[in-house]
Amino acid sequence: MQSDTAAPEAAAGTDANRIAHDARWQRILDCVALKQPDRMPVVLYATFWLCKYGNISHRQLMYDYEKTAEVAERAILELDPDAYNPMVLQTTFGPSAQKLGFKQLQWPGHGVGDNQPFQYLDREYMRADEYDDFIDDPTGFYLHTYLPRVASAFEGFERLPVFPGMYYTRLISGMRAFARPGVRAALQRLMDAADEIDLYVKHHQAFTSRMTALGYPCTNGAVAGAPYDVVADYFRGARGMMTDIYRNRDKLLEMLEKVTRFLLKQFIPMARASGNPIVFIPIHWAPDAFMSDKQFRELWWPSFRKLLIGLIDADLIPMPLWEADCTKRLEVIRDVPPGKCIYWFERTDMVRAFEVLGDVVALRGNLSPSLLTTGTPQDVDKAVRHLTDNVFHKGGRLILDAAFGLPDETPVENVRAMFDAARRYG
Amino acid sequence: MNDMSPQERQLVEHLSDMNEDDALALARRMLLDEGADPLRVLALCRNAMDIVGKRFEQGEYFLPELVLAGEMLETIGAIARPLIVHAPGEAPAKLGKVLIGTVHGDLHDIGKNIVSFMLDINGFEVRDIGIDVPAQTFIDEIRAFRPDVVGLSGFLTLAFDSMKETINAFDAAGLRGDFKVVIGGGQIDETVRAYTGADAFGTNAVDAVNLCRQWMG
Repeated sequence: MQSDTAAPEAAAGTDANRIAHDARWQRILDCVALKQPDRMPVVLYATFWLCKYGNISHRQLMYDYEKTAEVAERAILELDPDAYNPMVLQTTFGPSAQKLGFKQLQWPGHGVGDNQPFQYLDREYMRADEYDDFIDDPTGFYLHTYLPRVASAFEGFERLPVFPGMYYTRLISGMRAFARPGVRAALQRLMDAADEIDLYVKHHQAFTSRMTALGYPCTNGAVAGAPYDVVADYFRGARGMMTDIYRNRDKLLEMLEKVTRFLLKQFIPMARASGNPIVFIPIHWAPDAFMSDKQFRELWWPSFRKLLIGLIDADLIPMPLWEADCTKRLEVIRDVPPGKCIYWFERTDMVRAFEVLGDVVALRGNLSPSLLTTGTPQDVDKAVRHLTDNVFHKGGRLILDAAFGLPDETPVENVRAMFDAARRYG
Repeated sequence: MNDMSPQERQLVEHLSDMNEDDALALARRMLLDEGADPLRVLALCRNAMDIVGKRFEQGEYFLPELVLAGEMLETIGAIARPLIVHAPGEAPAKLGKVLIGTVHGDLHDIGKNIVSFMLDINGFEVRDIGIDVPAQTFIDEIRAFRPDVVGLSGFLTLAFDSMKETINAFDAAGLRGDFKVVIGGGQIDETVRAYTGADAFGTNAVDAVNLCRQWMG
């Protein structure tokens, strides 16, 4: 370790750090509970911005566990946020994705250049005529169809048996499927990938433990998805989903019902295992421009509300990030128990969000990406002041952040200005 | 179009009301069984799209309706086009030419595809040059296609700099005065427009159509 981190290392796990950690975390929890915190919390959400900050390539960020952890730690110690996003988890999955042969993303060295961020490939990963296959047997659909489609390590699983049809001695003879070379090769690839994934997650856990010892809480444990978004993004693709609203409405509703139950089964234990109650949920398909109010109320919101309530009932704190402009949705999404959620807004006007939701949820956000990337430190200072004057000091439980974390290109001096201004005005 | 027969009016209504099954069945019957003029049927489709566009602007319709209407028109167009008999040298008049692509570094294409499609069905000649397009490729394509409008698309924040570089490259190549430049994408706003030096920005496909109509109408 270089001198930047040597001093805090010596101090890791001290009483002073424990007290600082608890004070930072309490600020966030006070906001969630709609209580006045001692000052406005400000959080650091960085992914590829770390490349700019640490002068490393995007590829290195995704592949070099130690270097990424070192740069992330340096950024946290310099900016001194009240919480940080799980940076190692959100960036260093290059080796794991490579070993899985993951097909839904392109990342440095795999479809994009060494200095480009990873990007999702919007495709039809489940055809419209496969709704019934999913609804009838989601696990079977995953094993035989979906997994080989989205990651090459699973290719061969098409030939796995249909397990629920097996019983008694048929369970013995049916296992012959595992003698098939394609199935065995797939299992071997998965075991190899799993070794890498284990290493990746351990690096994330070690980073989180270290930051805790240094006094910094992580913003969230699990990252979940809204049921509608999961179906739209990862199964049907954008065009498929938009036309399904008309062509396959009933099947879509049926799938949403099923997906909601599986998401809760997936994310409640995951969040609990992380020891962090906040569940981050990036929202993609709620924006005003994406569907009518009626469609939103009938197709998007019911399954998402069920997910929120399921998480809340499990003593977790949902933190949806409402991407793009969701101004027209504010009245609808108000319908949650007060003091249980953090609503993070990207382009929705925060003052308006505060007016409609201030007595129901904590707010997070939302310095504009264009301002952060093209503006000056003075512009950033002014924008922070606007939010503190018009939201935080008027009683809004605001957690200051950029609109969707720090844009990758944000000049470092603008980020410093954001944190300085948060402490000056909040 | 004030001179529509009841059947033609019905087709326009089915299309603009998103009654896909009825619209396609009626269009097939008109084109394949009743020998309707394919150019007339395509004109009815454009009329329906005007209604869809207006409903979009009025906040009654959203992206799903634009996409579904687009797919209905694609299907009808595929049936109608082979039936069109052109006189020599006669081709449908276009309102103007638009070159569009996602700037370098960015692979997103959903928004760009919807914009391309909406421009096409609204009577513009569109050349879509894909995603992750380097500035030089834009320049080569501009020289070959001679567009009236160049559309730069991008979803990521890295696109701000790519757009600025691309527009600067148009300047350096001495082409900037030959066409208008419009930018669009999820993070685009007036600050980005000013930063990149574009003539205008749009946040949806109908904005793009309206801007092109304004400039070329």
